[in-house]
Amino acid sequence: MASPSLIADAATGKSAAPVRGRSRRADQRPGQRARERRRNLWIYAFLLPTFVLYGMYTLYPMVASYWYSLVEWNGFTADQEFVGVANYEKVFADPQFWNSVKVTLIFMLIVAPLRVFGAFALAILLNSPKLPFTGFFRTVYFIPVVTTTAIVGVVMRFIFDPASGPIAGVLDLFGAGPVDLLGSSDTALMTAGVVYVWKFFGITLIYWLAALQTIPRDLYEAARIDGAGPLGVFRYITLPMLIPFLLIISVLTIEDCFHAFDLMQTMTAGGPFYSTEIVEIYIYRFAFAASIPQLGHASAAAVLFGLLVLVVVLMQAWATVASRRWGNRS
Amino acid sequence: MSTTTATRSHLRSPRRVGWWLGAAVLAFVAFVWIYPFLWMASASLKTSGEVFSGGLDLIPEMVQWENYSRAWGDGNFKVYLLNTVIVTVATVVIVVIRCALAGYVLGRYKFPGSRVIIGILVATLFVPTGYTIIPIVKLSLELGILDDHSGMILALAGGANVASILIYAGYFRGLPAELEEAAIVDGAGFFRTFMRIMLPLSMPVTATVAILTFLFTWNAFFLPLVFSFSNPALRTVSVGMQAFVGENSTDWPGMAAAGVISMLPIVVLYAFMQRYFVEGIAGAVKS
Repeated sequence: MASPSLIADAATGKSAAPVRGRSRRADQRPGQRARERRRNLWIYAFLLPTFVLYGMYTLYPMVASYWYSLVEWNGFTADQEFVGVANYEKVFADPQFWNSVKVTLIFMLIVAPLRVFGAFALAILLNSPKLPFTGFFRTVYFIPVVTTTAIVGVVMRFIFDPASGPIAGVLDLFGAGPVDLLGSSDTALMTAGVVYVWKFFGITLIYWLAALQTIPRDLYEAARIDGAGPLGVFRYITLPMLIPFLLIISVLTIEDCFHAFDLMQTMTAGGPFYSTEIVEIYIYRFAFAASIPQLGHASAAAVLFGLLVLVVVLMQAWATVASRRWGNRS
Repeated sequence: MSTTTATRSHLRSPRRVGWWLGAAVLAFVAFVWIYPFLWMASASLKTSGEVFSGGLDLIPEMVQWENYSRAWGDGNFKVYLLNTVIVTVATVVIVVIRCALAGYVLGRYKFPGSRVIIGILVATLFVPTGYTIIPIVKLSLELGILDDHSGMILALAGGANVASILIYAGYFRGLPAELEEAAIVDGAGFFRTFMRIMLPLSMPVTATVAILTFLFTWNAFFLPLVFSFSNPALRTVSVGMQAFVGENSTDWPGMAAAGVISMLPIVVLYAFMQRYFVEGIAGAVKS
C-alpha cells in the first residue's frame, strides 16, 4: 500500500516540472463553463484506455505484491493463508537472497562505469567532425542493442564454449589453455558483465551523442578564436557542458542494470553455484522454476527488490534536481 | 571558415593520418563488436562437424541451407515467428493508440488531476518486470487469458509504456495553440481536432513510438516465457530459442539458423529505420 503513494510523492517534485509554467488560455467567462466540463469529459475518455491497462498491469501488481508477500501460497490456484511477516523473515534469513542482492549490486558496479565512461570516450571520438565514417561506426556499435537479448544469451553460451567456441579459438591462438569463462564461478559474473556492457553499450552511446549535440558549435569556435587547443576546448567547453548530463546518464544506465534478467537467465540461469543469480532470477526461481512454487516468499523478495529500485529512483529525482540547480547557477 | 582552412592547410596532413589511424582502430573494434553475429550467421550455414572443430573461420565449406529448414520446421520456428509477429503487431497498435490519446491530453491540457497523473506515471517509469510479474500472471489467470495470445498482448501493452506517453506528451505540448483555435473556428469538436489535425501532425513521433515498442516487444522475454509455460504453442522466438536449445543441445547449426531467423526482421527494420531508433532513445536524455 505504501509504495505507490510514496513513489508518487517522491517524484512530484520532478514530474511537475514539465507541466509547470505553462498557463493554458483559461477563459473564465461563465458561458465557457459547460464547454469546459464537456472538454474534461473528453479528456477523461482519452485517458480511459491508459487508466484501465496501466491500473491492471502496473498499479494493481505493485499493490498486490504487498498482499501476496503476506500470505503462504504455493500455486496460482491454491488457497492463500495469511502468515503476516513470516515470508519476510524467511527471505531475510535466506543467505541466497542476500547473495542475489550482492550479485545485483556487484554487477551494477562492474557494468555501469564501463558503460558510462566507455560510451563517453567513444562518443567524444564519434562527435569529431574530422573522423571519417562516423555514421557507419555509430550504426555498427548500436547493432547489439536491437538484437533479441534472450537469443544473444543463448548464442553467447556457444561463443564462450570452452571446447569449440570462437573465444576458445582466440585463446588457443595465444597459447592459453581452455578456460570456461561462463562455467566457472570465479569468472562467470565478470564475463556476463562484459557481455552485458557490449549488448547495451549503444544505448549509453546514444545518450552521450545526444548530450554532445546540445553544445552550440559557436562555443567551440569562440574558444578556438580565443586560442584554446583541442585539449583546452575539451577541458573548458565540452566537459563543463556535459557534467549535468553525467548525472542523468549515470542514473538512467544504473536503472537499466536492473533489467538484466533476459541475458542472465538465458546465458547462465544464475549459475554456476548461484554466482550470477541476480534478484530477478531469485524471484523467478521461487515463483516459477520450483516444482512447488513459493509465491509468498517470491513476492516478499519482489517487494524488497521494488524498494531497492525505489531507492535508485529517489536518487534519480535528487540527481535531476541537483543538476538543474547546478545548471542554473553557472 | 576560408581563412582558417588556409592557415591550417599545411598542418593538415599529419593530423589527417592520425584520424585515419583512429578510424582503422575503430573499424577493427567494430569488426570484433559484430563478430558474434557474423559467427552465428556463418555457423547457420556450416555442418555440425565444421562448427564443432571450432576455429575463427567464417566461410563455410559448402553452404548448408537445410539448417534453416530444420529450425523452421522441426524446430517450430515457423510457429514461434508467427506468434512473435502477431504479439508484436497487436502490442504496437494498442500502445500507439493508448499512448497517443493519453499523451495528447496530458501534454496539451491542464485539468483536475493532470499533475498527479503525470507524477504517478513518471514515478513508475522504471518498475522492473520482476516486481510485478506474479500479480500479472495471477490476474491473467483469473481473467482466463493466461493461455492465450490476448493475455500476453494485454500484459505487454498494458505495463511499462510510460516513456511512450511522455514522448507523445512532449511533442503535443510543443505544437502551437493556434492550431486548436483554428479548428474551433472551423467548428471541429475535441475528437475531430485530435483525429484530423493533431494525430496526422504527430506522425514522426508515432513512428518513433511504434518502432521502439516493436523493438521491446519483439525482444521481450520474461513475460512471454511465463505466459507460455502451460501452452508451448504460444512461444515467441526468444522463448522458443530456449526450448530449441534444451531439446537439441548438440545442433549448433540449427541453433544458429534459428537465431538468424529470429533476429533478421528486427535488424532489417533497424537498417531502414535507424533514425527513429536513435531519436527514441536519445529522447530520454533531451527531456
